[in-house]
Amino acid sequence: MQRDYDVAVVGGGLVGTAVAWGLAREGQRIVVLDEGDIAKRASRANFALVWVQSKGLGMAEYMGWTVRSSEGWRQLADDLRAQTQLDVCFERPGGFHLALGETELEARAELLKRLHNQPGAADTRVEVLNRAQIERMLPSIGPEVAGGSFCPLDGHVNSLRTFRALHKGLNLLGAVYCAGHPIRDIVPDQGGFRLLTASGEVGAGKVVLAAGNANMRLAPLVGLKSPMRPNRGQILVTERAAAFLNYPLVTVRQTDEGTIMIGDSREETTDDTALDLSIAAVEADRARRMFPALGRLNVIRTWSGIRVMTEDGFPIYDQSETCPGAFVVGCHSGVTLAANHALVLAPMIGRGRLDASVVGAFSARRFDVQKAA
Amino acid sequence: MFRRLPDVAGGRVRVTINGEPITARAGDSVAAAMLACGLGQCRTTPLSGQKRAPYCMMGVCFDCLVTVDGIGNRQGCLIEVREGMRIEAQIGRREVS
Repeated sequence: MQRDYDVAVVGGGLVGTAVAWGLAREGQRIVVLDEGDIAKRASRANFALVWVQSKGLGMAEYMGWTVRSSEGWRQLADDLRAQTQLDVCFERPGGFHLALGETELEARAELLKRLHNQPGAADTRVEVLNRAQIERMLPSIGPEVAGGSFCPLDGHVNSLRTFRALHKGLNLLGAVYCAGHPIRDIVPDQGGFRLLTASGEVGAGKVVLAAGNANMRLAPLVGLKSPMRPNRGQILVTERAAAFLNYPLVTVRQTDEGTIMIGDSREETTDDTALDLSIAAVEADRARRMFPALGRLNVIRTWSGIRVMTEDGFPIYDQSETCPGAFVVGCHSGVTLAANHALVLAPMIGRGRLDASVVGAFSARRFDVQKAA
Repeated sequence: MFRRLPDVAGGRVRVTINGEPITARAGDSVAAAMLACGLGQCRTTPLSGQKRAPYCMMGVCFDCLVTVDGIGNRQGCLIEVREGMRIEAQIGRREVS
């Protein structure tokens, strides 16, 4: 068979390009097979946080994995800048989760306690702060803010420019990017794979499935599984304003270019062509109650996007036992985990074996547990 | 660059543009008043700092953004001048509070 590439990465979003970039840097011959412009692409709809606090309830290993990526992001940003001259504006000043009222603050403190009481919990250095402590760092909070939590490992980035930098970097490394190549079938063949796409056949020694929610359909083709449960989020964006918010919040952040993004809704639907204004209104209202000055700004754009979400919300990294050389990489937090995907996971895939001591907890075998009758 | 039509009536309205007292005509939009007094620039863009002037004059292009009575990013072509109005160029990003 014709084998043009060492690795075919299926999916050209942030997850696929981060893995592909990491592999290409090691000298592997890479092809990225992608859908077209109308793909439901979280890489263009996301909130662009590099976020640690409150992740990992139910799987302590996810806390440590997330902390590691937050620590790796500076290197990723520096490496991308050195290679592509693009500044992805990574900043890690620490981030806030604000509580409107005492009930929300108590719930927040309780959640963080449960998170950190888990065996094997990572130290995220998150702190619950009272109103006065928060006001010293965020002077423009509204009267309803009762307190919140602060984690010094939280940050944010220009995720659209990150996406562009990864694509540019791939191109500079000689990787081939093929849009309009949705996968119809994958056939193991002589120790490699034939990928049958809408635009022809591609041969590769290994295959990495990084197709977001479509991993659910693709993984069984190579003896893997990836149960997904996507949901929809909505984001509002204001006009560009003078810098007033020096820290990202989980629901509000000011971008490097001055716009203020407001988001974090969650709906059990996958139609990204519609907006539910009653939900957007709640998001806007909560943001205004946190920072009353926001009420004077004009909203210039809103959009909805489909989150890539595994069934239990934690990443799935797995390798096929029946089709050696096939890997699945999927997660919700493609921005936060980009550093790990490029710097940690890609080299493992290049060596042909996921290191169970590092990512064993993220195998999809965790879904095999029998349900109690 | 622009001259007023000779047959258009209208009372005088005194405003300030970038601190300078200007006499506009009743019914003028802010953008029209700026153009009529010879101002070729009403704002600079927030990212590259390029100069911009009113363009479409009908609320579509957002190139006529100005600060009116202390509130930034107002569309000059959609606001009618009022006695005592303070109009200022929108230099870069608008204020927040």
